[in-house]
Amino acid sequence: MEVKIKSMKYEDFKDNEYIEQLINELKASHTNVVVGCLDEVINWGRSNSLWPLTFATSCCGIEFMSLGAARYDMARFGFEVARASPRQADFVMVAGTIVHRMAPVLRRLYDQLAEPKYVVAVGGCAVSGGPFKKSYHVLKGVDEILPVDVYIPGCPPRPEAMFYGLMQLQRKVKVEKFFGGVNRQEKREKVLGK
Amino acid sequence: MANIQQEISSFLPEATFVEGTILEVSVPDAKWHDLALYLHDKLHFDYLVSIVGMDWGETMGCVYYFTCTADNSQVSVKVETADRENPLLHSVTDLWKSAYLYEREVYDFYGIRFINHPDMRRLFLRNDWVGYPLRKDYNADPEVNPIRLEHEAVDDTTHAIVETPDGKLEERTNTIFAPEEFVVNIGPQHPATHGVLRLRTSLDGEIVKKIDVYCGYVHRGIEKLCESLTYPQTLHFADRLDYMSAQQNRHAVCLCIEDALRLEIPARAQYVRTIMDELMRISSHLLFYATFCMDLGATTAFFYGFRDREKILDIFEETCGARMTFNYYTIGGLMADIHPDFQRKVKEFCAYLPGMLKDYHTLFTGNVIAQQRMKGVGLLSREDAISYGIAGPSGRASGWACDVRKNHPYALYDQVEFKEIVRTEGDVFARYMVRMDEILESIHIIEQLIDNIPEGDYALKMKPIIKLPEGRYFRQVEASRGPLGIFIESHGDKYPYRLKINSACLPLVGGLDPMCRGGKIADLIAIGGSLDYVIPDMDR
Amino acid sequence: MLFDFSIVTHWIDNLLRSVMPGWGALLVEFVLVGVALLLLYAVLALFYIYFERKVCAFFQCRLGPNRVGPYGIFQSVADMFKILIKELISLNHIDKFLFNLAPYLVIVASMLAFGCLPFGKGLQVIDFNIGVFFLIAVSSIGVLGILLAGWSSHNKFTLIGAIRSGAQMVSYELSIGLSVLTMVVFAGTMSITGIVEAQNNGWFIFTGHIPAIVAFLIYLVAGTAETNRGPFDLPEAESELTAGYHTEYSGIHFGFFYLAEYLNLFIVSGVASLLFLGGWMPLHIPGWEGFNYVMDCIPSVLWFFGKAIVISFIIIWFKWSFPRLRIDQLLRLEWKYLLPLNLINLFVMVLIVIYGLHF
Repeated sequence: MEVKIKSMKYEDFKDNEYIEQLINELKASHTNVVVGCLDEVINWGRSNSLWPLTFATSCCGIEFMSLGAARYDMARFGFEVARASPRQADFVMVAGTIVHRMAPVLRRLYDQLAEPKYVVAVGGCAVSGGPFKKSYHVLKGVDEILPVDVYIPGCPPRPEAMFYGLMQLQRKVKVEKFFGGVNRQEKREKVLGK
Repeated sequence: MANIQQEISSFLPEATFVEGTILEVSVPDAKWHDLALYLHDKLHFDYLVSIVGMDWGETMGCVYYFTCTADNSQVSVKVETADRENPLLHSVTDLWKSAYLYEREVYDFYGIRFINHPDMRRLFLRNDWVGYPLRKDYNADPEVNPIRLEHEAVDDTTHAIVETPDGKLEERTNTIFAPEEFVVNIGPQHPATHGVLRLRTSLDGEIVKKIDVYCGYVHRGIEKLCESLTYPQTLHFADRLDYMSAQQNRHAVCLCIEDALRLEIPARAQYVRTIMDELMRISSHLLFYATFCMDLGATTAFFYGFRDREKILDIFEETCGARMTFNYYTIGGLMADIHPDFQRKVKEFCAYLPGMLKDYHTLFTGNVIAQQRMKGVGLLSREDAISYGIAGPSGRASGWACDVRKNHPYALYDQVEFKEIVRTEGDVFARYMVRMDEILESIHIIEQLIDNIPEGDYALKMKPIIKLPEGRYFRQVEASRGPLGIFIESHGDKYPYRLKINSACLPLVGGLDPMCRGGKIADLIAIGGSLDYVIPDMDR
Repeated sequence: MLFDFSIVTHWIDNLLRSVMPGWGALLVEFVLVGVALLLLYAVLALFYIYFERKVCAFFQCRLGPNRVGPYGIFQSVADMFKILIKELISLNHIDKFLFNLAPYLVIVASMLAFGCLPFGKGLQVIDFNIGVFFLIAVSSIGVLGILLAGWSSHNKFTLIGAIRSGAQMVSYELSIGLSVLTMVVFAGTMSITGIVEAQNNGWFIFTGHIPAIVAFLIYLVAGTAETNRGPFDLPEAESELTAGYHTEYSGIHFGFFYLAEYLNLFIVSGVASLLFLGGWMPLHIPGWEGFNYVMDCIPSVLWFFGKAIVISFIIIWFKWSFPRLRIDQLLRLEWKYLLPLNLINLFVMVLIVIYGLHF
């Protein structure tokens, strides 16, 4: 099965094996047709209406702003309504370095997001600590405290790279199941320690 | 300089001197406050540029840098204490208000406590952090300071050490917020704090009564990291400090190192550096326009600013290969030569932008609502600007001619002709207009240089390992938000013994509280926007 | 000339009454009207969300949504699907009853106002003699919802937002009331059909000349403030209060606030078109029979929605061009400028009506 995104051809994505594996895992638990159709409609809505939380700590935040600005215009894809309140956002783009003092705050923001919620780690710092990896005060990747769905490397990543990452997130959302559990439960439990 | 030296030695015979580009005075701590008073009142060193905390092994202490705003002479003072267990120095917060944050920073990094400082809390690190990270014997084991996911305790009180008139030291507790006050947390995640700044704001209805600033939500420990990197390696952090003035920051580090090595930079590199600095300044001020207008609710202006900023980024990208973190300057010149299209594109841009600026002014500046929101709001007098160390465009809006490009010219700034924009109102509108006018001046500078870039080498041949001669070096450049100072203490190794970045943005938040008091919440946002601080720069 | 929708409604009424008793017919009609209103409500909201996004995108040199459906027209549908199934976070330390009640109050207020908007000739849920009064009364319930939302959320930002909103709405209600009153004086009736019919020979904004134009301008300003839209969006001032009074709301509850904002925009523009631009009445110029005939060929529903959308466009234009006012400036504008101006205007209108100085 192909996961289609209007903005980009299926062959142009670099990690189709990953998404196919994800689909196969999901298929293993058979769903009936009606539920499948409903799932499709819901996922269509979800994937086309991902509202980011306005959250940024450093350089990547400026690129995130460029993403919303005239040249790149993320409104085209439905990422338009950047909400300042975490209750109303769908995903948090961790744009920038996360340090020890910020970690509990970010974690609280994540907890305040309403389900379904996603995390995108943007830039070297959020992916692995980046150039500040050896610092005493920097987290070595935001996945130490949050379950990350998409990693976008770069320092800072270009807006095009961010779009690629966000489309990957759209694909992930598209194969999700509303009925019968969220497919990321296992990983999330591991990170959040619930 | 000899004059200052004579005056100080006649006032304080036990002071010792080290001559260099900046005179360095060493005094024992007991006499330090007297000397500070003398410097401030008699010698008119009214601008405290920086306090550099130091750990010299046996002793710890501070190096203070002062400037006299009347004649721009500089002096530095070294104070040390041998007590490593309970280091104490005298505070100078009563003389220079900018010392309030600087001394808290030193306490945070070195554990040196300041006598008579009203508020000895940590500035950047959590209040339950163990150890003082910039000490040479700091225990960096992650077991000691693991990632804590519980929230730090809210401090409504703070402690201070006060010297009683008979010379005894007393511990005191000061109240920041009384329990009955209505305290709102603005930040760390808030759309108008330009990043992750936290302002605990006490409100009376809509009126701001007091602001307590919390920094450090993106403190990355760059200064400590630099101590284990070679000089060329330290450069790349400069781009990531204040990413809106990446080129100028890197210029500062390069200048400081080149000064120490007494290098003569090729003329071509000097030209390109000056042009790049000014382009960066324009792009930063465009971003200021965009975000400031959005803070005031004029969303469309945001898109206009970003649209034109993209054009500068295109120029940068062709030459430097990146949109934001350029890594373009290097010790002894530039990383690469300019792109063949560089001159043409820059000229096109310089012709294009003034027309757009007119649009900006019709869209926003002339608007009645905008004028009412800006004029007479967030007043800052010249004396306060100097005392709080609020330099750069914000200081110039208060009538303080503090442009490093004029006062201590570097690169080609002594050869080009440009006006230093100074306004005297000191309100939000003045700060806004200074920046908008500086865009035009920057274009003017670029136009003088762009056709005359000389042929020749763009960089000196440097060895991969650079060793700086022993000594202390301090160099400032005018970044987009104010003077950025780089302090390097070298012990002759290939690594800096201490590299301190004197951020232009940290003093800005220091002045937030007096400027906002009595204003509305909306004014707080407008003032914050007009100061245009960048959080990663102040947190480092 | 114009197709009268009351023919259709009477036909349905008679049909129902012929097959069941009177109360049964009434019941079925209630349900039918309710469903029709709900549908209209949802469709309008979706349209307005898309409309505003596209309009503001073009103001801002962008494209706006264009991936979901042709030209992105299904973007707001996708948003609706998502927001319907988003989690409703249950919070501790809040007044649960009021917290859950608030969004419904807001939505009910705007839905009630729909009850007496004249969508077309004969196409109106209730047509009674104090229709305008009912409109004003109903639209002021919304502020209760906002106040409750801010109060019950146990959050300082929402509280400030709610208090701001209370001060703002109560003040601007005055201006709206007075400017509407000016037009009621001119029309001589509070009945909505009466007002529309009175504009048969020219819309009020033309026949009432100066005071009508002044009243129209004041109404636009006050109406923008009533809907909490920029430059008067202080209750949810994003750069000051994160999301204002609805900071703590998630999922469909937030969706209600979001929808109500757009629906209120429609109601404000609908009332403006009713009072000043003739409601569903086509543009008639006395004496130009041919012109009037051509104008009558355009269905009344199109006239009403067309006018409402044009006025909405103007209000959206405000929002995306002006910076936000400060709370003291906002109140000063109302109490020191708009209110006295309004009173004088009302007086002028009375003189004009008495001496018959209108067209």
